[in-house]
Amino acid sequence: MHELGIMSGVLDAVDKSAKQAQADKVLKISLSIGVMTEAIEDSLRFAFEALTEGTYMEGADLEINMVEPRSRCLECGKEFNHDRFHVLCPECGSFATELLQGREMQIDSIEVDIPDDVSNTSADSTPTGSTNGDSSASADVGSAVSLTD
Amino acid sequence: MQIDLKQPILAKNDKLAEQNRALFAKKHVYVLDILASPGSGKTSTILATIEALRDEFNIAVIEGDIASQVDSDRIKQQGIAAVQINTGGACHLESNMIQRAISVLDLDDLDLILIENVGNLVCPTDFDLGENVKVMILSVPEGDDKPLKYPGVFQVSKAVVLNKIDTKPVFNFDEQAFDDSVQQLNPTAPVFPISATSGEGVDAWAQWLTDQIHTVQA
Repeated sequence: MHELGIMSGVLDAVDKSAKQAQADKVLKISLSIGVMTEAIEDSLRFAFEALTEGTYMEGADLEINMVEPRSRCLECGKEFNHDRFHVLCPECGSFATELLQGREMQIDSIEVDIPDDVSNTSADSTPTGSTNGDSSASADVGSAVSLTD
Repeated sequence: MQIDLKQPILAKNDKLAEQNRALFAKKHVYVLDILASPGSGKTSTILATIEALRDEFNIAVIEGDIASQVDSDRIKQQGIAAVQINTGGACHLESNMIQRAISVLDLDDLDLILIENVGNLVCPTDFDLGENVKVMILSVPEGDDKPLKYPGVFQVSKAVVLNKIDTKPVFNFDEQAFDDSVQQLNPTAPVFPISATSGEGVDAWAQWLTDQIHTVQA
């Protein structure tokens, strides 16, 4: 039920990054979702379709990587994959285990279309309206832009 | 063009939760986020907990419900500060709601805040509010198989309160099976069987909570 809220959070962040890059179309959104969370893939897809209808994200490819749980035993050091239900160390039976992965909810990356006139002038991330038409600046287009903060 | 984000989906919620957590730590207030189904006895358990701890600690309650003031009224009748959050349909509390709720509480004067989340065993598990720990309440009539059906909530909880233990004979509740399933999901979580209405078992639960509160006051 909370997938709608989760997906609005995703789309807000995607919108911010896409606008920053002056994209006119979002082509793909890649997410990582841990199996140990309560976010259900089908519900996320449903929410995505409902929320993007009629927007520049409509029809984008939603890639959801479900991350399988993996833990480390704090007693014997064994690392092991497991399902949602069994977190005991399979080697020594210890209770003291630490989850290494499986609770992620992350936006990994997005793919966007940037109109030619924008990509020729704003490769250095200057705002629209920049007079910088230097073609050498466009060499940066296509490289990854890190927007983590 | 590909843009790498590597950004937590709930970044906004997590950021505010961290602000709440820092504020609670600064004020030496211990905060409990209580998760349970509708009708499991959350408010009754909170009232029993207040009764057990009110001589030693100053307590406030934040009540999360889709609608109504019913729960906060019950708390206020006991002379305890209570803030009601009405989510208006949302299935869980988020950290911004807690931030608004604590703005009307005097944190300098408090030792313990009990947050009663919206009755739901699923959605609240994914949202950090800035609490010290999440604790869940399951009641006997809900059945001993719940850990198998809702593993997430049992895994994020630091302790499990098993309420309405006095109804065990009526509901054919297999306490051993329940304990075993909880242990498999969350090996270090203690289970406290209680009856919020008769008071049975409340002492052990209150003692555990007292020890937890002392860790932030030391």
